[in-house]
Amino acid sequence: MTARAWTIIGCFAVLALLFMLPEVLRPYYLALVTKMLIFALFAMSLDLLLGYTGLASLGHAAYFGVAAYTIALLIVRAGVDSGLAFPVALVAAAATGALFAPLALRARGSYFLMITFALAQVVWSVAFGWRSLTNGDDGIPDVVRPDFGWSLDSTTSFYYFVLAIVGLATLLLVAIVGSPFGRALRGIRESESRMQALGYNVWRYQYVAFVLAAAFAGIAGALYAYYNRFVGPEYLYVVQSAEALIMVILGGAGTLIGPAIGAGLIVFLEDFVSSMTAHWVLVLGIIYVLVTLFAPRGLIGLVDQLRQRRVKP
Amino acid sequence: MTALAVENVSKNFGGVSALANISLNVSRGERRILLGPNGAGKTTLFHTISGAVTPSGGRITLFGIDITRLRPDRRARLGLARTFQITNLFPRLTVLDSMLLALGGASGHSLQLIGSPSGYRSEYDKAHQLLEQWDLVGTARRVVRTLSYGEQRQLEIALALAGQPRLLLLDEPTAGLSPAETRRVVSMVHALPRDMTILMIEHDMDVAFELADRIAVMHQGRLIAEGDQAAIRANKQVTDIYLGAD
Amino acid sequence: MTWVIHILNGIAFGMLLFLLAAGLSLIYGLMKILNLTHGSFYLVGGYIGLTVMQRTGSFVLALVVAVAAVALVGAAIERFFLRRFHLDELPQTLLTFGFLFIFADLSLWIWGGNPLMLNMPEIFQHSMPMGYYAYPVYRLFLIAIGLVVAGGLWWFQEHTRIGTMLRAGVDDAEIARALGINVSLLFTLIFAVGAGLAALAGVLAGPVLSLYPGADFEVLIFAFVVVIVGGLGSLRGALAGALLIGILDDFGKAFFPEFALFTVFVPMAVILVIRPTGLFGRR
Repeated sequence: MTARAWTIIGCFAVLALLFMLPEVLRPYYLALVTKMLIFALFAMSLDLLLGYTGLASLGHAAYFGVAAYTIALLIVRAGVDSGLAFPVALVAAAATGALFAPLALRARGSYFLMITFALAQVVWSVAFGWRSLTNGDDGIPDVVRPDFGWSLDSTTSFYYFVLAIVGLATLLLVAIVGSPFGRALRGIRESESRMQALGYNVWRYQYVAFVLAAAFAGIAGALYAYYNRFVGPEYLYVVQSAEALIMVILGGAGTLIGPAIGAGLIVFLEDFVSSMTAHWVLVLGIIYVLVTLFAPRGLIGLVDQLRQRRVKP
Repeated sequence: MTALAVENVSKNFGGVSALANISLNVSRGERRILLGPNGAGKTTLFHTISGAVTPSGGRITLFGIDITRLRPDRRARLGLARTFQITNLFPRLTVLDSMLLALGGASGHSLQLIGSPSGYRSEYDKAHQLLEQWDLVGTARRVVRTLSYGEQRQLEIALALAGQPRLLLLDEPTAGLSPAETRRVVSMVHALPRDMTILMIEHDMDVAFELADRIAVMHQGRLIAEGDQAAIRANKQVTDIYLGAD
Repeated sequence: MTWVIHILNGIAFGMLLFLLAAGLSLIYGLMKILNLTHGSFYLVGGYIGLTVMQRTGSFVLALVVAVAAVALVGAAIERFFLRRFHLDELPQTLLTFGFLFIFADLSLWIWGGNPLMLNMPEIFQHSMPMGYYAYPVYRLFLIAIGLVVAGGLWWFQEHTRIGTMLRAGVDDAEIARALGINVSLLFTLIFAVGAGLAALAGVLAGPVLSLYPGADFEVLIFAFVVVIVGGLGSLRGALAGALLIGILDDFGKAFFPEFALFTVFVPMAVILVIRPTGLFGRR
């Protein structure tokens, strides 16, 4: 059987498993898997920039958080229907990306890192400081979940809702990554100057990738606002950006499955560690150091290495 | 008809003059070779023509269009293609993907986000055909990084040619190649359509004299001689600084 | 007259920012490392100074111990971790990112979550009359220290052999070796100096800005904005950027308290649009 066939079979198996989960898991763990799905999408959106286009963003939480705050503000402050707020949140995230991208794309390498980091912190400081609108540190509670004729209040129904949205978004990402556009992004990651010499307007591709990454992060952020029924400045904080970044790198940048696996692992670890100590941030820092030292290409990279070692006797 | 006109182009890097008032006319279909010792400014001149470097002064026109301040990709769209002296490929992509990228850059419709696989069929066929033409079809599924140096140099030229350029800039295409590989590149260049204009930096004297219609010689950022083979061989200054050192 | 006070406050804060940005810039200029742990060096330096001050009552001792300890930690990070990834940008940044979190959590563990104020040494506990106002001497002392450090660094860059190499932006270790300089030691030394400067800023900031969890990220952002505005790798840029941002921030906090970071974000955005390499950056 070809590798392609195995991939398809694997996808169906995972999908079937995900469908069955509510039958076997206790609500607490089903909620945890829901969170994993949301962060898988968040990580994949970042990978579109980091792994495919070669642009490492240290501030991806900005778009995640802007979407979440848009949802919360529209529902709680403006009384907009929860389901209607969703597309608006998506647009808000994409628009933030469209606004920040020209600034960040003025530069490469370390400057790009600094600028994305700084821009995200600016957004965080607004959410933190503008108390009259955002309640600052206290955040915004009572973010109701959408109701499309059936309630999403139960863990199971919300799980299926998230599964559907994340599934659709993933399909879209797979299509984008496999399109000529996706190939061009990989070309830009490998050599910007060569792509320019071939006639590509490199900036425009990077810009579109940036906005797309922001939009997909926005979907994840909106879902997370529904998930917690609450939004706070920590959605925008550097820790959130750092978690997304390590999910991508731990799993393996430049693939979609890698960041998804990375997201599952980090969410699980955070839950596990937080149940025992208050020092998740310390563990996160240690994971950073360990991954950089021992698995710079992520778990996918480790698997590749093992496979190559087996081929070479 | 003039394909490329370089008029009084100069370039300073922090006070150091890399190009001093270079003027060069290459007519359509001509094969022009740039000679000169290391550090003569040949690659810098290539960079100003391809757009990687903006000149400090002067004007460059391509088929009558002023391109002095155009972005590199805009120049490429006008029919300019180049290879790089230091191999500049896509190390972690396959040869086929590289070729598809080269074709996509020329066609300009690859900003489409999602396309139907059947729509790609014709591009695949064309990519295969081009790889066959350049003897690279056997490597199509391999990752560029794993190719031999000779194969990489060949791919470098094949990518530049994918868009059927009107002006081709070749930056030392035979550097570091074995005699056999050099022969292959020379015959590749020979086989190109006669209406394609070629400007080529070359160190190998035999290759230069075999391919050139005309030769220009650079030294220390200046153009010191221009002419056909006989004129260059007869030029005292050239033999002193360049051929004499051989 | 109030605006004179604001400008003086801004300059004083700007000098603290300069200490941070100079180290960040120095490290980047020589090693091309974007050191995110710089924020931790500031905060941990401040906390160590605070503890020493509480135990001994000596501000000078607090300064010396904090700077020495943090410089040592910086040297260790460079030597045992960053060194392995010479000129490999992403893994270096990720490592320094990791250490930023590790130090953030450790210092929260040790010094707790409440803002802590370093006691001001007695000689600075008075104010200087200035028209109708009285201006705290300590802030003038900050400005003086900033000027002394700036002068010292300038002298170091212009009049020492290591400085000459720094100015040339040595990324070619071969040349440096040819000049008879132990590059490996130089990297560690400069990293330690940068870390020490950040710690110095932390201790000096202790009596005016107080120390609290999250201050590490905050000052890091300010330092970033400073080097983006001034140009990464340039000492002059760090000084000009720091003063500009310091003053702007003071006015911003006074007039738009809810959008504190926004007032420094706007100039950063403007600079990025018109001069992406910063006021004094070269690339």
